Amino acid sequence: MKPESFIPLLLALMLSPLLPGVINRTKALFAGRRGPPLLQIYFDLWKLLHKGAVYSRTTTWIFRAGPMLGLAAVLTAAMLVPLGNFPALIAFPADFLLFAGLLGLMRFFTVLAALDTGSSFEGMGASREVFFSALAEPALLVALATLARQAGSYSLSTLLGQVAGGHWLHLGPVLALVMIALMIVLLAENARIPVDDPNTHLELTMIHEVMVLDHGGPDFAFIVYGAALKLWLLAALVVGMVVPATGAPGLDLALVMGGMFAVAVVVGVVESVMARLRLAMVPQLLVGAGALAAAAFLLGLK
Amino acid sequence: MNNTNIILVLVVLTNLKLLGSSRLGASIRVVAMQGVVLGLLPILAHTNELSVRFAVLAAGTIALKGIVFPWFLFRAVWEAEVTREVEPYVGYVTSLLAGVLILAVSFWMCERLPMPETLASSWLAPVAFFSIFAGLFLIVSRKRAVSQVLGFLVLENGVYAFGVGLAPHTSLLVEAGVLLDVFVAVFVMGITIFHINREFDHIETNRLNTLKD
Repeated sequence: MKPESFIPLLLALMLSPLLPGVINRTKALFAGRRGPPLLQIYFDLWKLLHKGAVYSRTTTWIFRAGPMLGLAAVLTAAMLVPLGNFPALIAFPADFLLFAGLLGLMRFFTVLAALDTGSSFEGMGASREVFFSALAEPALLVALATLARQAGSYSLSTLLGQVAGGHWLHLGPVLALVMIALMIVLLAENARIPVDDPNTHLELTMIHEVMVLDHGGPDFAFIVYGAALKLWLLAALVVGMVVPATGAPGLDLALVMGGMFAVAVVVGVVESVMARLRLAMVPQLLVGAGALAAAAFLLGLK
Repeated sequence: MNNTNIILVLVVLTNLKLLGSSRLGASIRVVAMQGVVLGLLPILAHTNELSVRFAVLAAGTIALKGIVFPWFLFRAVWEAEVTREVEPYVGYVTSLLAGVLILAVSFWMCERLPMPETLASSWLAPVAFFSIFAGLFLIVSRKRAVSQVLGFLVLENGVYAFGVGLAPHTSLLVEAGVLLDVFVAVFVMGITIFHINREFDHIETNRLNTLKD
């Protein structure tokens, strides 16, 4: 285990709440507002951690375990994802399957906790979340499988570096398709705008927000932090595809961090210029992302 | 080589978009874009032997497929269609999945077909076959007559892409003849759509089966 493989994990733990801050500032800039401070999520987390939690009498231990297990799953996933040229803490062949599985586990516990409240409102959100992620997951897996096949390596740490290293010259169109598919998956998995609106509190449109309405205090802090980490990890996949290794660790780090915040700005711009899709259109978007990834996989075979 | 691949990827994307799109106007625009992109193919596929012939072919293709056909189809939609929806037999999501399946089958098939060495790109044959099958799928899976004309155009685009990539030295006369054929076909279809509409107030082909006099 090399010392620099701690860098991706440490940066994810420390800086992931910055990404939603950047997104919110971008949106505020488009709307002509000043917007919340960049560090708002840190303030929120601090405030939430100092509150007590209130539990409904209808809930069981599942409701209390949900946020903790969800955070634990995404923390484990954070150990698998490299950041640009810096390898992940744990790397082994086919670890991208474990990565997708851990994200699925996180969602599973969030959904269970939502169902445990017994509220039909949260059940509706849980049903939508499971439906949409069932369509987003194949897109993620096929996209990663395409990258693995092109790189000839099955570990996230090596395959992303190799793809960014030199495959863009002769496989540009294929990689561009994979990247678009991954971006759509990122937007869907993090409940961002074409799929879900993170600002809305209208019951008919919410997906992720509706599931976590009954959590409060430290539990909600875990959920907010876990969501920020998930956004960070998926952004790290997209950035890892593009940013090549330069050899100088300082320059590498600057490029990767620039890439991460660029992804956040892109998400913010998308949210500012696009409306949320109708719920009936969302499956079409996600299947479209899967179709792009599958087309990239097939084109990459030749 | 690389330019050709970008064009072929665009053709795949436009086909997938067509399979998943629900609006007639958007579909016509996508087919027009596909025509323009394919019009550039003869120039970009054979950059080492740039000649007047390819330029004329490209200009003719772009003018017909990019401007004349879309204009004609838009007029048919304005005059004959009541609603602007595609109205599929097969849903959009299923159509997209079918598109991916068709792409896979095209690749599988072209692995087994003996291919000449002169192909401009290894993607050319599979993408051309994908266009042909996607066009056929559009024809059988959509109710509106205009969508079926679009499916026919996509099918023809596949044949055209294969021809241009396979034999760059086919005579201009043959290419022009094919373009003329397609033009006449679209022209006749447009007039037919218009007349069907005048007689029956709709152009849903599934209801033509139950005609009685």
